Amino acid sequence: MTVYSVIGAGVAGLAVATELTERGATVEIYDPAGPPGPHGCSWWAGGMLAPWCEYENAEEPVLRLGQEAIVWWAAHTEVTRAGTLVVASKRDLPDMRRFARRTEGFVEVDRARVAALEPDLHGFGQGLFFEEEAHLDPRKALQDLYRGLKDKGVTIHKRIAPSGLQNAIDCRGLSAREYLYDLRGVKGEMLVIRCPDVEITRPVRLLHPRMPLYIVPRGEGIYMLGATMIESEDSSRITARSMLELLSAAYALNPAFGEAEVLEIGVDLRPAFPDNLPRIRRLGRTIYANGLYRHGYLLAPALARGVADLALHNTHSEMVDEDRA
Amino acid sequence: MSKEFYGVTLPNPLMLGTAQYPSPAILEEAFRASGASVATVSLRREGAGGTGQTFWKMIEDLGVHVLPNTAGCHTVKEAVTTAHMAREVFDTKWIKLELIGHTDSLQPDVFQLVEAARILSEDGFEVFPYTTEDLIVGERLLEAGCEVLMPWGAPIGSGRGLNNIYALRAMRAEFPDVPLVVDAGIGLPSHAAAAMELGFDAVLLNTAVARAGDPVQMARAMMAAVEAGQAAHEADPIEARDMAEASTPVIGKAFLS
Repeated sequence: MTVYSVIGAGVAGLAVATELTERGATVEIYDPAGPPGPHGCSWWAGGMLAPWCEYENAEEPVLRLGQEAIVWWAAHTEVTRAGTLVVASKRDLPDMRRFARRTEGFVEVDRARVAALEPDLHGFGQGLFFEEEAHLDPRKALQDLYRGLKDKGVTIHKRIAPSGLQNAIDCRGLSAREYLYDLRGVKGEMLVIRCPDVEITRPVRLLHPRMPLYIVPRGEGIYMLGATMIESEDSSRITARSMLELLSAAYALNPAFGEAEVLEIGVDLRPAFPDNLPRIRRLGRTIYANGLYRHGYLLAPALARGVADLALHNTHSEMVDEDRA
Repeated sequence: MSKEFYGVTLPNPLMLGTAQYPSPAILEEAFRASGASVATVSLRREGAGGTGQTFWKMIEDLGVHVLPNTAGCHTVKEAVTTAHMAREVFDTKWIKLELIGHTDSLQPDVFQLVEAARILSEDGFEVFPYTTEDLIVGERLLEAGCEVLMPWGAPIGSGRGLNNIYALRAMRAEFPDVPLVVDAGIGLPSHAAAAMELGFDAVLLNTAVARAGDPVQMARAMMAAVEAGQAAHEADPIEARDMAEASTPVIGKAFLS
């Protein structure tokens, strides 16, 4: 009997394991860190399922494949379909016009509609509303996948994968870079804050010339603030500059965020290929699935499908860029 | 005749920044498609501490001249430290010296700029100062050891083009032998061409290409524009005049009269 050994229990590994299991394959998982936790970069994600917003600065597959993600995740964890609201400070309104030009799937909203959608947003006269977008809580999503796999009898080994596995699927993100010559790390920094005084019900993006700043509600007054994108492979610390920019964004949305408690600071490296799109590569007995970049939750379902197609049916999805089995 | 930048003759007058592209793959294609001869790279923005290894390696692999910058620095000390880091990482004496003096306009602080330029020049750096179009500041920068001046066209990232053509023209006239680069504010190829028509020696831009819907296409357009502007300048354009001047003789306005 064929056993597929998934290495890495981040969003890529768990999505791949789930997809394989649901297609009837026998799967085991290796991760020396055990269950999902702060050691993996998908723990720190925003969890936005926002293919239309992301398309503003990404290639076409992100828009197309990302749309499949909402359905996939809804079948495995709690997904909130409340859309995304994009706003800009007055001085950055040209950026909003550009944003609107570069993507689709939104309606323009005026001051009254912004206020109706998010009464606690402060002083934004216009915005873009992406009604079809959704978000999830990444930590809950990882735990739900993990639990689902356990319930289906998938063995999860809390140790390094042995060498010589017959059907390995390496989903280790940046840890696999010695086998993936063109993989790089892109630093991301985020904060988790608590501010019960402000009630925002859906992801809100504040346009910024250098990074997509957003706030994602996690419920009970808790918000995730993200995220920087820095071409650096040092994940040791957040910089003061980044922290200032993240907190200023929250403050700009509503000055009451000035009273927020900072609960967590997250810093990690997103694994990315040169075009920032994920890849599936088969080298010998190992399939590498990697490079989800800032689209871990958005593209993990498509990545998982691609891996399952290759492993089970030898079908090459568009993400497969090399096959030297 | 193209001037030398610290002894280097550039094959063409387009310098491109490397920030804000949708992906490194698109950045690379923009360089290859346009043939831009210089790549500026920000150390401070892209990870202090010499840690952007993969990204920086990719920039080096473009095979163009690398011009590290001190973007985001607000003090002499910060800029000098960043310049030293850049020299180590990229093994080059070139440094684009940027000292921001105003948060909203990102206007250079020319006082600190001159001071930092002197320190770095004395330390063997080849400084490309990002400055305003002020002639006296330009003079002081040359005295401090700079052999290139880079006045702004308009505030960084604003895409407004050449805000003060009169002053840029005066600068060209004042420093006929100094390589001059319009740095910042370019939004359209016509802006870049206009700078070259004024007799500038190169144009440095980033946002206009990186944030265009199709950065590769825009990079090509910018190269075409700077080459057109340069050729036009060398061709000695005609003077503008108030009245029409027919290019062929007109009956009634006889040459006999």
